[in-house]
Amino acid sequence: MFILKILFKNAFRHKLRTSLTVLGITIAVLAFGLLRTVVGAWYAGVEASSATRLVTRNAVSLVFFLPISYKEKIRQVPGVTEVGYSDWFGGVYKDEKNFFPNFATDAKTAIDLFPEFIIPPDQKTAFLRDRKGAVVGRKTAERFGWKLGDIVTLKGSIFPGNWEFIIRGIYRGAQKGTDETQFFFHWSYLNESLRKTAPYRADKVGWFLIGVKSPDVAPDVAVAIDKMFKNSLAETITETEKAFQLSFISMTEAIVVVIRLVSFIVIVIIMAVMANTMAMTVRERTGEYAIMKTLGFGAWHISGLIFGESLVIAAIGCASGIALTFPAAKAFGDSLSQFFPVFIVARSTIYMDMAAGLIVATVAAVFPIWRAITLRIADGLRRIG
Amino acid sequence: MAIPVSYSFRNLWTRRLTTILTASGMALVVFVFASVMMLAEGLRKTLVETGSYDNVIVIRKGSQSEMQSGVDRASASIVETAPEIAIGADGRPFLAKELVVIINLLKRGSDKPSNITIRGIGEYSLALRPQVKLVDGRMPKSGASEIIAGESVAKRFRGAGIGETIRFAMRDWTVVGIFDAGRTGYSSEIWGDVDQLMQAFRRPAYSSVLFKLRDSSEFQKVKDWIEHDPRLTLEAKRETRYYADQSEMMAKFLRILGITLTIIFSLGAVIGAMITMYAAVATRTAEIGTLRALGFQRRNILAAFLIESMLLGLSGGLMGLFFASFMQLITISTVNWQTFSELAFSFTLTRGIIVNSLLFSLIMGFVGGVLPAVRASRMNIVDALRTS
Repeated sequence: MFILKILFKNAFRHKLRTSLTVLGITIAVLAFGLLRTVVGAWYAGVEASSATRLVTRNAVSLVFFLPISYKEKIRQVPGVTEVGYSDWFGGVYKDEKNFFPNFATDAKTAIDLFPEFIIPPDQKTAFLRDRKGAVVGRKTAERFGWKLGDIVTLKGSIFPGNWEFIIRGIYRGAQKGTDETQFFFHWSYLNESLRKTAPYRADKVGWFLIGVKSPDVAPDVAVAIDKMFKNSLAETITETEKAFQLSFISMTEAIVVVIRLVSFIVIVIIMAVMANTMAMTVRERTGEYAIMKTLGFGAWHISGLIFGESLVIAAIGCASGIALTFPAAKAFGDSLSQFFPVFIVARSTIYMDMAAGLIVATVAAVFPIWRAITLRIADGLRRIG
Repeated sequence: MAIPVSYSFRNLWTRRLTTILTASGMALVVFVFASVMMLAEGLRKTLVETGSYDNVIVIRKGSQSEMQSGVDRASASIVETAPEIAIGADGRPFLAKELVVIINLLKRGSDKPSNITIRGIGEYSLALRPQVKLVDGRMPKSGASEIIAGESVAKRFRGAGIGETIRFAMRDWTVVGIFDAGRTGYSSEIWGDVDQLMQAFRRPAYSSVLFKLRDSSEFQKVKDWIEHDPRLTLEAKRETRYYADQSEMMAKFLRILGITLTIIFSLGAVIGAMITMYAAVATRTAEIGTLRALGFQRRNILAAFLIESMLLGLSGGLMGLFFASFMQLITISTVNWQTFSELAFSFTLTRGIIVNSLLFSLIMGFVGGVLPAVRASRMNIVDALRTS
């Protein structure tokens, strides 16, 4: 207890300087936590994907479609329990700025394949009964103030025209990491009007979603499906949902790398500030250390004092930084929900914050400690100021 | 009389360790600030150079990019009849009907797939884009499964070098030429004969129609005609505008990221400068008293400390810029979310960025130094001299 008291007294001898340093560390830890959370949000889709779902898409690239007739063929593959299909609709609500993901999907299987989207049973039946019906995530519904029964018009960017939908259901995520911004509607609604307006685009889907019995059979099922369509007009690539999501992220990997890098730079910046503070502190107390040495205190005692003080300052800054991370992440996530549907602070981020604080405290104390121990008593006592 | 600048400079020099630590903190901030600006500038430059002001691109109404668009053969022929289109060397309209799709290709070495744009070109496609030049090999023959690749694709993707073949759409395509498109978006594309590609991909419609205006001022006229003709559901945009729209989201993201990072980081650096300057004032109390006793005014003291702090900022700024200038060697390639295709751009340093970065470092120094300098200038002579 006594030691702790000394450390605190020492740390706050220069109130202004210490508070400034603490403030600096708080900001750095806050920035570090937020940047880490941004990286985490990037991977949110991967985290949320299930191991028992496979995605089959056209081997050429995502902009090419697959014929709907593949559905029955895929269903015959042993190990497949359910086959759903979706199409990226790319509809725009009023303005391009109001982005949210929207899909045309096979309603029935989609509800079964995504147990993490929770829709009240009465809304589910209402949606299934209404061909123009749509289900929307809680966050998107709140963003535009949509209620059940509202009519929403989306302007098609891939499928021309204005498309009218009636909100029949609002889903909630089963977990914290579930994306609550999606909008989906009946694929048959889209297909029927395509048959009239653009027949060559009808009866095609963007990708198939396949439910398998267990994660163990997933690789075999994937190989079997791709083999079946080898050398056809539309060859396929089948991969787990996780790999599918990862392939999206790997395309924007450069940005993730930059953000990661920058999150470490901020720690280095604060290391410089903290090291500066400690260097000053030790320089000012040169005389004191000389006296302590004269009294018989060894190198261990002195380094303990300096390191402890550095630790105290870093710990206070780190703690307030972590405390501020949560409200800041909430505000940040709310304003950027269109870029990052899921924005939560992971526990590992907190541990990394603490580790960063410890590293900053250690690095900042090393040089001053070395100076203090190698100090010759006579020099220390002779020094003024 | 003012206190000479060398006084401030020497003060920094005497306390080298502290000065270096503080300045390097600021250098990192300036480095990040400059890098983000260079990145945004690189993106802007790439896009500005990609489009030509006199070119008009026609895509389906409501589609935001060529990739989502579709222009059927009949509509394309109607557009071709517009009198505002310039006339090419052989007397035909200076116009190209193009197809744009994306395919997955594997990168050399890492085998990671990335999206590459394939463009089906007409006879005038190359002439319509003066920025693009064939540097090696020849143009693809019409009717053959031949393609040419942009330099950055040829370097980074498997099978895209000259003489190699790439397999897509159930055919093997031979790379017969390499084109250099400078810093434009085309350098991340592969070009081939439009009719061959439409056959191979089984697409009955073009993606876009691109033409050069006879007279730049006639844009509005031709736009009105295309958008109001009842036979067409198309829209026309100037090419420059089209490319700027395409990367709006990416540019916005970079801007938000840059501003947020710079603000947070500069707070840290300003605090560092403040700590240093407060310490500088505290250790020199007696000195300040002496200076005042010698007849220097309060404002001279204020100026001396402010200059010291700004010198500190400036040295940080120069250091940061020095390291940031090496970033010019790096090219970033990422996928544009709006088009799903690969976009490569590099950090670009301009004179404006240099000036802004140095100004920014001076401001950081000023903000960090102003409170300590005020404290120094307010000191009472007698009290200051009494401290030893």
